[in-house]
Amino acid sequence: MYLVVEQLLNGLQFGLLLFLLAAGLTLVFGIMDFVNLAHGSLYMMGAYFAATFVGWTGSFVLGALMALGATLLLGIVLEFVALRHLYGRDHLDQVLATFGLILFFNDAVRLIWGPAGLALPLPAWLTVPVQIIPGVYYPAYRLMIIVVALLVAALLYLVVMRTRIGMLIRAGASNREMIGALGINIKLLFTLVFGLGAALAGLAGLMQAPILTVQIGMGENILILAFVIIVIGGIGSIRGAFMAAIFVGIIDTMGRAFLPDLLRKVLSGAAASTAAPALSSMLIYLLMAIVLIVRPEGLFPAAKR
Amino acid sequence: MKMPKLSASTAVAAAVCAALVLLPVYSAVTGNIFILTMFTRIVILALAAASLNLIMGYGGMMSFGHAAYLGIGGYAVGILAAEGFGSGFIQWPVALVVSALFALVVGALSLRTRGVYFIMITLAFAQMAYYIASALSRYGGDDGLTVYKRSDFAGLINLSNRTQFYYLCLACLFGGLYLIWRIVNSRFGLVVQGVRSNEQRMQAIGFHANRYRLVCFVIAGTICGLAGALLANNTDFVSPAVMYWTRSGDLMVMVILGGMGSLFGPVIGAIVFLVLEELLSQFTEYWALIMGPLLLLIVLFARGGIMGLLGRMSRG
Repeated sequence: MYLVVEQLLNGLQFGLLLFLLAAGLTLVFGIMDFVNLAHGSLYMMGAYFAATFVGWTGSFVLGALMALGATLLLGIVLEFVALRHLYGRDHLDQVLATFGLILFFNDAVRLIWGPAGLALPLPAWLTVPVQIIPGVYYPAYRLMIIVVALLVAALLYLVVMRTRIGMLIRAGASNREMIGALGINIKLLFTLVFGLGAALAGLAGLMQAPILTVQIGMGENILILAFVIIVIGGIGSIRGAFMAAIFVGIIDTMGRAFLPDLLRKVLSGAAASTAAPALSSMLIYLLMAIVLIVRPEGLFPAAKR
Repeated sequence: MKMPKLSASTAVAAAVCAALVLLPVYSAVTGNIFILTMFTRIVILALAAASLNLIMGYGGMMSFGHAAYLGIGGYAVGILAAEGFGSGFIQWPVALVVSALFALVVGALSLRTRGVYFIMITLAFAQMAYYIASALSRYGGDDGLTVYKRSDFAGLINLSNRTQFYYLCLACLFGGLYLIWRIVNSRFGLVVQGVRSNEQRMQAIGFHANRYRLVCFVIAGTICGLAGALLANNTDFVSPAVMYWTRSGDLMVMVILGGMGSLFGPVIGAIVFLVLEELLSQFTEYWALIMGPLLLLIVLFARGGIMGLLGRMSRG
């Protein structure tokens, strides 16, 4: 029972992290109609920046904030130099160009930080287990990820739904040409949205860094997961991304934790130990395939164009 | 594809074909074995890229999971070899049939969606194939499967002979290109291209758009399965990494680099991409540092890929 609670929390934490990544992706996708494969690279850069800055400053929080700023800046520069010329292009062109960026970032990281992974050690105050309900302890750091991600999600909701910028973002998502015609500086808006997306990806990366190793290519697997999420949730819908991310996070984590035992009950030992890892890795792709077949627009499609 | 005029692109295509045919002679004269090995791989991947071009360039179906067929064709050869079926007359038909069946299932489900959703769902299926292969612990799992003996064609052709194997691959490539050319110019191919430009109109004049698309998708998957069988013989090895999504990305890059929707474009794309990769990696360990921005520049400034560029040049 305790194990189930713990795994549920792990799933929630993973899902929220995925949401941070998917939110930026779905914003850029929904508003600029831009497929950004390099989003995972920004996630990776966030983690590398954090590992470096935390090393320099000796403070986890300060280093994390600096890394956040650096990823934001990197995103804005990237948008300004290269990506803004790709808006309105074919999706395929965008896929190819950002695929090139992935190659570039992976090798740039290898050149600067070396091929070996980095570790980002946690400060002592984040490593203690916290008693959440009597008898169940949960690592403080994972709890912090949940809290921070929920705060960011709430903030994002407020910004998008309650501020003027948010109104412009939503307007941009439903009709780009029109808000340009109304005298809004759409280029600046796009740059801002892209920067925001980059910062969110960086935040996800730097928060995940202490749990996993910081390494080259870390952004690629998780990028695919983020794409799965925005496709399940419905492209351009932040609410959909939120629901789908938590859904995917929990299913993936629970599948990995409990599927092997479940399979062992119905299959022979050898067959189960072969099938379980494949099935638990495939689970979310299976889910996406089913969702796309049943509801090709995703579960929570954004308002009709 | 109209009747070939003697444009710059046709001339380049003819020159490249001639060079590919004469390559083993050059290799034998200079004793440069490396170049033959390298081009065997290039020719195989060019076949895979050409098959992707059939659905992407002519059919408008942006499959981001095409490397799955490379893996399926390869695993068909590898698994049959490991189980003691060494004959190519068994291995290759199985590779083709399994690839076709996989394409049939993936296509039937994926073609319900369009655009970016289609890109993502084909990717999802390829990832599933990747994870299944990783879980095949009997056949090497993550580490992959060594093919100890190349496909045996009863003395008809010896696949372990470098030159013979190269010519076999080249014959497969030319055969594949001829098939694609015939398909594209047939009534069937014209319907598929019509569906790409305007699906509703084709539906309205009475074509079942998705059936045509599906058949096209299956043909492309089957051709790529053949490339997979060749690739496994070439490397004597097959592993899940062949199916990883970045490999599908590589294939897409080759197609777009060479020129999507031009018959010979993917071949040029494969040659340029893989030779560039080889040259850059000799020059610096960090070849992707140059390759990445290069791709970006090609997308930004050379629409239609290399063949498109040549076409514009010849038109002045």
